[in-house]
Amino acid sequence: MTNGADNDRDLPRQTSTTSTKSSTPSPLVTALQRAHPDWIAEVREAYGEITVMVQREHIQVVCSQLKNSPEARFDFLADLCGVDRGPEEEPRFEVNYHLFSTTIHHRVRLKVLLSEDDLHVPTVTNVWRTANWHERETFDLFGIIFDGHPDLRRILLPDDWQGHALRKDFPLRGYEPYSLK
Amino acid sequence: MSTSTVNIPPQFEIVDRPLDTQMTISMGPQHPSTHGVLRLELVLDGEMVVKATPDIGYLHTGMEKLFEYKKYQQGIVITDRMDYLNPLGNNLAYVMAVEKLLALEIPERAQTIRVLTCELQRIASHLVWLGTHALDIGAMTVFFYCFREREKILNLIEAASGGRLTPSYFRIGGLMMDLPAGFERRVKQFLDGFLKSVDEFHTLLTGNRIFQKRTQGVGVISAEDAIDWGLSGPCLRGSGVDLDIRRASPYTGYEKYDFEIPTESDGDVWARYIVRMREMNESHKIVTQALSRLKPGPVKADAPKVVLPDREAMKQHMDALIHHFLIVAEGFDVPAGEVYMPIEASKGELGVYVKSDGGPKPSRVHFRGPSFVNLSALPQMAEGAMIADIVAIIGSLDIVLGEIDR
Amino acid sequence: MGLENVIAAALPEVLTTRLDSLINWARKSSLWPATFGLACCAIEMMNATASRNDLARFGSEVFRASPRQADVMIVSGRVSRKMAPVLRRIYDQMPEPKWVISMGACATSGGVFDNYAIVQGVDKIVPVDVYIPGCPPRPEMLIHAVMMLQDKVMKESSLNRKDIPEEEAREAVVPGTLPVTDGSTVSDNLLPESRPYTIASKHERRRSS
Repeated sequence: MTNGADNDRDLPRQTSTTSTKSSTPSPLVTALQRAHPDWIAEVREAYGEITVMVQREHIQVVCSQLKNSPEARFDFLADLCGVDRGPEEEPRFEVNYHLFSTTIHHRVRLKVLLSEDDLHVPTVTNVWRTANWHERETFDLFGIIFDGHPDLRRILLPDDWQGHALRKDFPLRGYEPYSLK
Repeated sequence: MSTSTVNIPPQFEIVDRPLDTQMTISMGPQHPSTHGVLRLELVLDGEMVVKATPDIGYLHTGMEKLFEYKKYQQGIVITDRMDYLNPLGNNLAYVMAVEKLLALEIPERAQTIRVLTCELQRIASHLVWLGTHALDIGAMTVFFYCFREREKILNLIEAASGGRLTPSYFRIGGLMMDLPAGFERRVKQFLDGFLKSVDEFHTLLTGNRIFQKRTQGVGVISAEDAIDWGLSGPCLRGSGVDLDIRRASPYTGYEKYDFEIPTESDGDVWARYIVRMREMNESHKIVTQALSRLKPGPVKADAPKVVLPDREAMKQHMDALIHHFLIVAEGFDVPAGEVYMPIEASKGELGVYVKSDGGPKPSRVHFRGPSFVNLSALPQMAEGAMIADIVAIIGSLDIVLGEIDR
Repeated sequence: MGLENVIAAALPEVLTTRLDSLINWARKSSLWPATFGLACCAIEMMNATASRNDLARFGSEVFRASPRQADVMIVSGRVSRKMAPVLRRIYDQMPEPKWVISMGACATSGGVFDNYAIVQGVDKIVPVDVYIPGCPPRPEMLIHAVMMLQDKVMKESSLNRKDIPEEEAREAVVPGTLPVTDGSTVSDNLLPESRPYTIASKHERRRSS
């Protein structure tokens, strides 16, 4: 019987995150960094995925670059979701953009970090029209405001709902049970 | 009570229009043809739709928030209830996302069984689509034929997992348990009779001139618009874009199977119908291949801190008992990180984004439901259509409100 | 009894029964459900009407889309807070006699989802006659529930039927969302520029209610 001696068989460690300065990043990332070094804050690679941190002001330009450039060709916005890291973290909120290329079949994740007192991000609906509903959902559940969105209103929760449901300080059961009156 | 002091909810606001131009009407949320609690605000000019705006949220269940309060293995149960026509697909996406975070190696037999059951589930989901789509267009018989075939598949899934509609068959690291005795024989029995049933559906619908007139040229969307709106799955392949996640970024061993990707170029309701009918045949092929590849072996990964041990081992060995207790009572810690796992569900690209803080409960789980994105393209498809065409378009998008509203 | 034997002998074509039994037998044998499928239980409800488990054998021949033509409302699926007033409206639009079957764990008590978005049990909104547990319940359980409802209907008394009084039904919904039936919007309907989203029909514009 094993006595806990085989520590290798326990939970495997994740692949270490790499920064752009060392080791070999993918060619897409190098091309992007070479073209516009000031737009991109950091690049991470983990679990076979590339995460690019983008400054909030440049997100529209980065997205349209990635959509139109011939070596990237990210014409498909797969997902746009918000994350609340918790009230103690700074910056508290993130917005993740998952991009996919229907021709080259590669993926990348863009990440914008937001702090709680300035929850504004430029919209990307002019780059991909599918961002419309995703941004409405992120606004509905987190309260992140997308500047320039054509129709930013609640989509999943009732229109007169108070609060943003997926924030960590919103209680799971809500504030009061349902009653008809 | 005069209208000035009345407190009307905003979605039912008074629209002041003179009698002879346009009418705003609300289709749903309780409506037989909207496939669930979907509300469409239609601005009508007679019978023609000028603008159609979907209003969703009537089935919002707060599932993404629930995930943050449950351990990873407890979350599998919630995923069943999302796209309730394809629950094994939801299970698979979530389980594979967590396995990616844990970097687990799934044994060969588990992968083959995952492919087998997921393709059976895809056939079942397409059968419901076909039955309800044809029912809305007016062909009632097809509904009963489809559900007859679906009962056979539900019996198989129930034999394997115990649940017809909410199986929760997959676990992080493999399967819940191995297939029962005689399962392969029953699957073979089903497969032998299935192609004939698909021919029956073709006899009923494909050559039917009424069905063709109701679906050809209706709800057209071009390939560029489809990609721009984020459509995926049969909706995208019906517009001519040859994209299938099982080929583009294969998972669970799909690269070893030989199947085609049906694509049609018209982009209308008819094209999406043909694509899904051919997909049923392709799934049949995949299940046949998976059945021939089944070899005896373990069905759970070799990771004692993540995967529950066998019951016999748990009753006889102390370390297995301790592992079982810890996994059930406290859960296992998943290393911090984030991962996005897309799979090809029956409706399109189902993506799961899991972000972990290093504890036994996830920090954020987000499901990118294909029906959510497919429905957002409805206003474009519905301009200029008639109300009866709206019914056909909604049917061809194959939406499931559980996935849209989560 | 003696009287029945006499009648049976004298008039063999005459059937004697209690009025209640006759009325209740007619009602229970053709309970037409209103389509109120919300989520996964709706698929099992569709399975119960399909050919394998045929609910039409028990009288539920068609599922009426319009609640005005339905007898029983089978609430199948989770009721979210946005949907709850809609559910109450549909229930109020059904004519008496009406019954409610709450199908599945989510409709009965909130089910797996004990959170901000789901009403914890549909009996907080409408009065329920039969509860079905399960997630989702098998179609056979739905058939059993319909049979239990039929037994319940048989025991009703048509003299003392407790219908819901109109004032309580009216108070149940958010004010302003029901069509106004006390005749006060008649003048509004005559002006073409102010057109409320529902126009009171001719019988509602009568001043008799």
